[in-house]
Amino acid sequence: MQKLLLLGAEAIAQGAIDGGMSGVYAYPGTPSTEITEYVQDPELARQRNIRSQWSANEKTAMEAALGMSYSGKRAMVCMKHVGLNVAADAFMNSAITGINGGLLITVADDPSMHSSQNEQDSRYYGKFAQIPILEPSNQQEAYDMAYFGFRLSEELEVPVMLRITTRLSHSRTGIVRKEEQPQNELTLPKDLKQFILLPSLARKRYKKLVEARPKFEESSAQSAYNRFFDGPDKSLGIIACGIAYNYLMEHYPNGCDYPVMKICQYPMPRNKIKEFEEKVDELLVLEEGYPMIEELLAGYFRKGKSVHGRLDGTLPRIGELNPDIVGEALGFEVPEEEEVPEIVAPRPPSLCVGCGHRDAYSALNVALKEYGDGHVFADIGCYTLGALPPYEAINSCVDMGASITMAKGAADAGLHPSVAVIGDSTFTHSGMTGLLDAVAENTPITIIISDNLTTAMTGGQPSEAENRLENICEGIGVDPEHIRVVVPHHKNHDLMVEMMKEEFEYKGVSVIIPRRECIQTLARKKRNKVAGKRV
Amino acid sequence: MKKDIIISGVGGQGILSISAIIGMAALEAGLNIKQSEVHGMSQRGGDVQANLRISSDTIYSDLISHKSADLILSVEPMEALRYIPFLSPDGWIVTNITPYKNIPDYPDEEALFAELKKHKNHVLVDADRIAKECGTARAGNIVMLGAAAPFLDIPYDMLEFGIKKIFGCKGEDIVNINLKAFKAGMEVSEQVLAGK
Repeated sequence: MQKLLLLGAEAIAQGAIDGGMSGVYAYPGTPSTEITEYVQDPELARQRNIRSQWSANEKTAMEAALGMSYSGKRAMVCMKHVGLNVAADAFMNSAITGINGGLLITVADDPSMHSSQNEQDSRYYGKFAQIPILEPSNQQEAYDMAYFGFRLSEELEVPVMLRITTRLSHSRTGIVRKEEQPQNELTLPKDLKQFILLPSLARKRYKKLVEARPKFEESSAQSAYNRFFDGPDKSLGIIACGIAYNYLMEHYPNGCDYPVMKICQYPMPRNKIKEFEEKVDELLVLEEGYPMIEELLAGYFRKGKSVHGRLDGTLPRIGELNPDIVGEALGFEVPEEEEVPEIVAPRPPSLCVGCGHRDAYSALNVALKEYGDGHVFADIGCYTLGALPPYEAINSCVDMGASITMAKGAADAGLHPSVAVIGDSTFTHSGMTGLLDAVAENTPITIIISDNLTTAMTGGQPSEAENRLENICEGIGVDPEHIRVVVPHHKNHDLMVEMMKEEFEYKGVSVIIPRRECIQTLARKKRNKVAGKRV
Repeated sequence: MKKDIIISGVGGQGILSISAIIGMAALEAGLNIKQSEVHGMSQRGGDVQANLRISSDTIYSDLISHKSADLILSVEPMEALRYIPFLSPDGWIVTNITPYKNIPDYPDEEALFAELKKHKNHVLVDADRIAKECGTARAGNIVMLGAAAPFLDIPYDMLEFGIKKIFGCKGEDIVNINLKAFKAGMEVSEQVLAGK
């Protein structure tokens, strides 16, 4: 069969489509964005009528996917690792409600924080919720897991997590497709109380979940993704999880000298791990992310056989793995590292030339000059780059929406002025509820919604409240006289500075909206228009 | 057959198109490939790279090990040097010579070229000029793809297939300009190789 050249993220999308998915729900976030974008491809959307529009945030996405599952259809929700924090309430409880149609929760972790605030390991969430986790070691396996994942979820009657990392998501390779499965029919759950987590009912559901554990382990034991490969040298046994298996095999293309247990489905099959442990003298655990399995196998007092990994210093405690790090842990001679020539200067990312955020920050820095440094709480998006030179204009970036609420807390503590900088899409993701808190107390804060009419950092996805931000702010209760819209442009610099200074001195909630389209999406629209004319 | 290639440049310079074309060509030639890309924050004018691995055997790691790249293909001269730790002792540097200056402390160009020339196997390509001569300044990355072609061990037809596939939707004129740019780049490297 003809191979398709796909990113890992796209392979998951294709696998889910072929596996009979009826809808995908997501909010964009690196490295997960390309999954949903692939399903949104106009040609595919036309052919298969799969629901794929972006959601306001990961929580609304998770809940909508659960609703589709309730209705008997196969649904997938996708997010980056920190997005699962946003969706956690719905996520944890979906393990207890169980599913009707197959439900896949695809979470893309970002070890080494290439494009994130932390490197949390989502496998802990899967363990926390007590559901099975699939962790592909390569892109073909990612396709297969998405394809079979719905069926697994239906068999085990719980949502299944599909955990990937940046390298798997953003690496392209040839993928072999399987036969397309039909989508499920609309079917209500047999028990119409299944999804009611009233305490008396929730206790029963939770008991069912806990009692299903042996079934999940048996599924892992039988799983084709968990495989044992014997090796002649029993002095060491290697447990290789997910993509770490590839970094191991890079050094043993013709088979490993040591016995290897490849783990790509959790919970770990206890019996098989026990058999494996008995065969070897010591264990080495290779896992991308936190030392979850290593900690489990080593035990608190480390009384059993030696277990090596990230905790005992055999591998670095933080950051992603790579073939060099794994090779060194296996005792391979690592070539002496050549330095990057001194002449090479760092080239950090920066706001694009012509970006409206630049003009907003230029004005903000001038307007704040008389008050000194330390007044600006920012958020997640391109404008976080305002932290770097030449602007160095912000003092926080924590989580989606935290700019407004942190500014509120600081104002409560007496900081004046207290300024929030947030983007349009981040505002509708998680900023609106914080604004309501501020309005409820009329907290003196100035919120700058730097509006570029798109979700820019992740590649220009539509912003849900395009051109409705003023109405939303007014509806939440901000005094219309203190909702001020301006075009962030060099020629409006003085106007913006004046506007900001006025609002800093207002003793209540004010919102300034510098609005100008992202120059990247603008350029793309122009290109598409030109291409369209040629056709 | 096994080739490990690092493609480097600055976010927005089109290294992903180069990488995609080689990937398609390799797949068409029946080879295995893995092509690891950078998405997200660094695409905003930061340094970006793609790891491209091509082999007739199974490829495991998505990432290339230190001192093992057969080729650094760069669309920007300073960015070629950033990945020197990955270059194998016999590997080649094929780079565009036009600097992309979006930082205040960009190094002296002559010193940069001197540093590049310290490596025995290098091809320096005036890709921007060649691209303009071919019809569009925007084909600089395809000139560089052409310059890399003699080091790829992938038949010319397959690479042509990749170019046609990527640019096909933009019309025949664009395809032809890019094929011309590709051949012009290839000639530069062939001359260097002939002189060796």
